[in-house]
Order: sequence, then C-alpha cells, then structure tokens
Amino acid sequence: MDIIDYLKQHENKDMLRFLTCGSVDDGKSTLIGRMLYDSKMIFDDQLAAAESESKKYGTTGEKIDMALLVDGLQSEREQGITIDVAYRFFTTEKRKFIIADTPGHEQYTRNMVTGASTADVAIILIDARKGILTQTRRHSFIVSLLGIEHVVIAINKMDLVDFSESVFNDISQAYGALADELGIKNTYYIPVSALNGDNVVDKSTHTPWFEGKPLLELLDTMDISKEQKAENFRFPVQYVNRPHLNFRGFCGTIAAGSVAVGDEITVLPSGKTTKVKSIINAGDISEADREATTQEAYAPMAVTITTEDEVDISRGDMIVHTHSLPRVSNSLKVMLVWMDEKPMDTGRTYDIKRATSVVSGHIEHINYKIDVNTYERTQVETLELNDIASCRMVLTRPIASDAYKENRLTGSFIVVDRITNNTVGAGMIVGVSRRDEDVIKRNGKHYSDAEKALNQYIRDNFPEWECKAV
Amino acid sequence: MLNQERLTHLKQLEAESIHILREVAAEFSNPVMMYSVGKDSSVMLHLAMKAFAPSKLPFPLLHVDTTWKFKEMIDFRDQRAKDLGFDLIVHSNPEGLEMNISPFEHGSKVHTDIMKTQALKQALNAGGYDAVIGGARRDEEKSRAKERIFSFRDKHHRWDPKNQRPELWNVYNTAIEKGESVRVFPISNWTELDVWQYIYLEEIPIPSLYFAKEQEVVEYEGTKIMVDDDRMPEALRKTAKKEMVRFRTLGCYPLTGAINSTATTLPEIIKEMLLSTSSEREGRLIDKDQEGAMEQKKIEGYF
Repeated sequence: MDIIDYLKQHENKDMLRFLTCGSVDDGKSTLIGRMLYDSKMIFDDQLAAAESESKKYGTTGEKIDMALLVDGLQSEREQGITIDVAYRFFTTEKRKFIIADTPGHEQYTRNMVTGASTADVAIILIDARKGILTQTRRHSFIVSLLGIEHVVIAINKMDLVDFSESVFNDISQAYGALADELGIKNTYYIPVSALNGDNVVDKSTHTPWFEGKPLLELLDTMDISKEQKAENFRFPVQYVNRPHLNFRGFCGTIAAGSVAVGDEITVLPSGKTTKVKSIINAGDISEADREATTQEAYAPMAVTITTEDEVDISRGDMIVHTHSLPRVSNSLKVMLVWMDEKPMDTGRTYDIKRATSVVSGHIEHINYKIDVNTYERTQVETLELNDIASCRMVLTRPIASDAYKENRLTGSFIVVDRITNNTVGAGMIVGVSRRDEDVIKRNGKHYSDAEKALNQYIRDNFPEWECKAV
Repeated sequence: MLNQERLTHLKQLEAESIHILREVAAEFSNPVMMYSVGKDSSVMLHLAMKAFAPSKLPFPLLHVDTTWKFKEMIDFRDQRAKDLGFDLIVHSNPEGLEMNISPFEHGSKVHTDIMKTQALKQALNAGGYDAVIGGARRDEEKSRAKERIFSFRDKHHRWDPKNQRPELWNVYNTAIEKGESVRVFPISNWTELDVWQYIYLEEIPIPSLYFAKEQEVVEYEGTKIMVDDDRMPEALRKTAKKEMVRFRTLGCYPLTGAINSTATTLPEIIKEMLLSTSSEREGRLIDKDQEGAMEQKKIEGYF
C-alpha cells in the first residue's frame, strides 16, 4: 500500500477508548506495552523498516521490558508503580485507540472511576493461576457502575498454567456469573500471555481450542455503534456566540440524538419553545467559508444552533426536542463516588457541575453505602475517600435530568468544593427523587408513574379503546 | 439513518477539542492561547477559528519570542495574524535581552530558563490570564501522558503532578481563586499522526521549514542546526554546508535539530514520520539536559 492509499484508509478510521483494569502483578503494563509495540506495523515500507530493526536487534526484541514502554512520571519510576491515570495511544488501520491506564489498588478507586468515565470498553485482567480475586470484583463493579457496556476478560499468564482449556473455562464460567450479577451486557473472554504475546495481536498456536479472536482483532472489530443510536436529542448550551446584532448562536456539543433545521425545540429548565432556524457544524467551517451551515447534525458533533424566535437561552440550559422532554427536577437520586481526603458533609453546600451547568446543592440523605468488594450495603452518616453510595441530592435550581444509564453525558456530574475548588466527587443520576419533585408543566399536565402504568395497562389489554400513550 | 453513523476519529477529536475551547471561553474571564507558530499551534488555531465561527476569536494569542526563533516563523506568525484577524501579543524577557542571552554562549539550559520559562511567567503575570491554552499532546512525552486537559496551576504557575484534580467525562472543573490559573490542552488526545493527517485534510497552512529544502547547516552538539542569521559564532558558521533538510519541530534555531530529508509534500512528511523510529522530541536539544527533564520543567512552570 502506498502512502496516499494509507492516508485515505486512515481518514476513515473510527476511535475507541478503553480502560485496562488490573494490578501490577497481573501484567497490565506488559499487556499495554505489548499492544503498543506489536501494533506498529502499518504499511509496506513500515513493515520493511520494522523487519530490518528486528534483524538489527536480534533476539532482544522479545526480551524488551514492555512495562518500561508505558512507564510514566519520574517519581513513579523510582517507586516502580503507576499512581495515576495515564492516557496512551495507538492505531491500527481500522481504529485509533485511547487507553486509560489506571492502577488497581484499592485506595485508587478514584483513578479507576476517572479512567472508566470516558471508556467504551474495559479490559479486565485475571491471573490464570489465581482466578477471580477481590480486585476483580472491585474492577467489575466500577466498570458496571460507570456504564461500560463491553467488557473483555483477558485471562493472563496462560503460559504458567500450560495453556489449560479447563482453567480458562472455569474462570470464564465464574466470571459469567459475576457479570450477570452486575448486569454487564457484553462479555468477551480471551486466554492470553501478555509476556509472550499469545492471543494479543496474533492468534496463539498454544491455544488451538480457543475459537475467539485475539485481543487486538477483537478491539478492532467490536461493534460499539449501538451506544450512539437514535436517542432523545440533548444539547447542553455551552456558549452564546453573538458577533453582531443579527446573529445569536447557541454553541455546544450534541450529547445525544440528532437535530434538523425546522425541529420544534424546548429550552429547559424554562420550558420555552421555538424552532431550529439554522445549524452550523463547526467541523464544516473553513477559513474561506466562516458561515457554512448544515441541515442536520448528530452526536457528538460540536455545533452552533440559531432559533426562529428570540428566546432567552444561556449557558447551562438544555435544548431538547419538544416531543421528548426529560424530567426537570431539583431533587435527584444519584450514585456518588467520593474522591476527596476530606469526608463528605451532608448538609454542606457544594457546586454541582453537570454538562455545562453549575448549580449549588447538597446531599440531603445517604441511602446506603456500597462495598466495592462484597457489594454489601450499609447505612452510613458520611462518605470517606473512595466510598461509593446511593444518595438523595437537592439542588438550589431544577435541572433537566436524564438517568446516567440512558445518557452518559447528561446523566453525570462532578462535585466541586466551594472553598478548595477541588473536584471532590463524581456522580451519576439514577432518577428524579419522587418526594419533592419540582415538575415542569407540560401542556398543564404531568403524569405520575402510577398514571403511566395505568395508561400502559389499558393500551396493552384494551387496544380496541385506541387509547393514546402518555 | 444519520444516527447510525459514527464520526471518524479525526472528526471526534475535532469535536472534543472544540468543546474544550468553548468551555474555556465560557468559563474564564481572561483566557489566552499560546501560539508557538509550530504545527500543533497551527492546528489549535484552526480549531479555535471553527469553534467560534462566525465570530472572531474571543481571546488573544500569545507568542513568547526568545528572539532566537527562525526568521520565517516570525513572518509566518505576522501573516496569519493579518489573514485571520486575531489579536497577537508578543513578549520577550527584557532582562534577558539586556543580558544578551544567547544559546551559543550561555547554553540551552540558561537560555530556555531565561528566555522561555521566565519570559512566559512574565507574560502571564502581566496579562493576569486565568486560563492559558497550550498545544501539548499526551503522546509527546511520558509526563504529559498523565496531565489533565484542564491542568491546575498555583499562584506561582507550578504544577503538582501528585495532586491533580480528577477529570471525568467531558465535565471540566474550572474553579480557581484569583491569581491561580489553569493550563488547558485541547489537543491532549491527538497523536503526531493525527495532527499531520488533519493538516493534510484541512489544508492548514504551516511554515515551509517543515518541508525539505536545501539549507545551510552546521553540526552542533550532536545535531544539525540551520544557519538562520549571523549571530551564530563565526567559527561554527564557517563549517556550514548545503544539505536537503527539514524540521520536525520548530523552536529556537540554535536548539532545533534538522533532519536530512527529501520530503517536500505532506504525504511524504507523513510517510517519513511513520518510518522513523526516533520520537518527535529527539530533535529538541532541551530535553536531553537531564533525566526526567520535561517533568522538572513542567513543575517549574514551563509548558
């Protein structure tokens, strides 16, 4: 393949972000180093260059300490451990990959949550000699909490168990039960030896019984597109662009769904309605054409929208389709991860940043704390560093809120300490707390869950009534 | 149907960078964008022009001029400012100018400290910026792989690598006190290949020094440097010979190593980059000063 063809192919690459979970002993750095190192061969000339390199350096190629390739800060090199989230990159002809590399120690739950927040896929390393450990349960819990739908279970160090099929099957089966318990949707099992490269890039001759794809091929071909399928349109307004009196555009990144010129839209929390007049897709802008517009745009494009009517819209508002309104409330049920040395204070006011809106609020009640190892729930009065809990959060203003399960970008928030300015917590919206719901009026009528259930019952059982859906 | 499509990786990276740039403009009262005239700066400028279209840029660009930059960089910079109509602030360290700091005479460490690190601090203090946008990428250097996109700096512009704010989803914590600031890196997740491919696809102008040309070069401290003016010591200048070279990064000409090359087009440059085994920063002399050099420089306030 020549360079022009190569560039064409790479123009149309997809991108996939994944997280690796495992401790130092699991060979995580070795696995990452192996992928970075072995995935380099890209086009003919490069292949030739790589081959001549291997010849030059002979057998040392296999003996390179892969972990050194991914080693980070100087201070950590001295300690010999990774202490924070590091991002690494590699590319194949199909995809660009971003790896969030996080440590596996318990005190670093915070870092793993951080790395998991942007990942499409998680790779969980399991030592074939040890099977499922406490840390496997911990990693899996965080992966499911952060809504990662695809989990690859890399059963590593297969060379140390003679590439035994039964060891692989036993661990796979045991993990399957754990995945079911946690509701992890898609699981993939691979027997690997990161050290020797078995089933990392190429299929290993040591595992003729294994019918699946090697790790890199799996990552290359895995279908993650369904995560972005047609969803309810959500557009957190980020910035108001007003170059002159005749132009007032609302800039932001489409968090979900799509929007077209002429669509009827509602601005939340105010509830005002208008129509989309024009859409500028920032990607289409060039030096020659600074006013290029498009008819339709979809997530995750960065766009600027103008409206038919002069409606008061500002940063922090959410623009949605009038036919698919989210709940608007100031009382939310959330899952909260505490990330600060200083414990969480119920009753204390924090700043809550969700998408582009910053609203102050407090945690009114901790429903329960959940143990990341045993999944046991306990009653607590306060949250310490790395604690994960179900809470009721009350804001000083209502916000349009989706459940995190439905929408990762509008269902997530960070908690900022108003005195230290540190990010002290991260949260995921579970739902609107029913107790003191502050509901926006939709044509003067709002239906409770019971009313909706009744409506559903009638539609299911009495279709001849031609009952409308609410 | 439209929703089934996934954006290509470059379109995803572009959207992410634009999101970051808009977040800066929306959340800070006095932001500035560092402009080094290099390829990464060129990409960042291009992204910013997209982010705020049809408006002009809502922040100025700051160039720390060590006075030892390639002449062409300065011409290119001024032309871009004219063409795109952005506000350009140029700062050089007046004390350094007075001392006549020269990389040839004082060495790269002293030169970089006074004309770059100190000059940057002066310019940032003078401007009172609360957000400083930079073009660093995580793939460039190991310590950068761990830095946040919104990276907090204390009143002395210092970075504390062990005490960084957690950064989740695309929700960035922009809260700071007066005097503190945030360094923002919108192209953190781009690799060198992404940058070149994007320049190619979007036809982004870059200085011609990136393309191979016949230039007068001399051997200096293990690398080839270009004779850009007569401040180069005469003894050294005498050794100059003409060679086909180009530059993989652009900085101060005495500290920027040229590589022999015949790549005169973007595809040829990209091909050369893919085939080369040495990393991009190898052409930069400042990183070789000490082990963990970049991490140390960053802690002190260098970008």
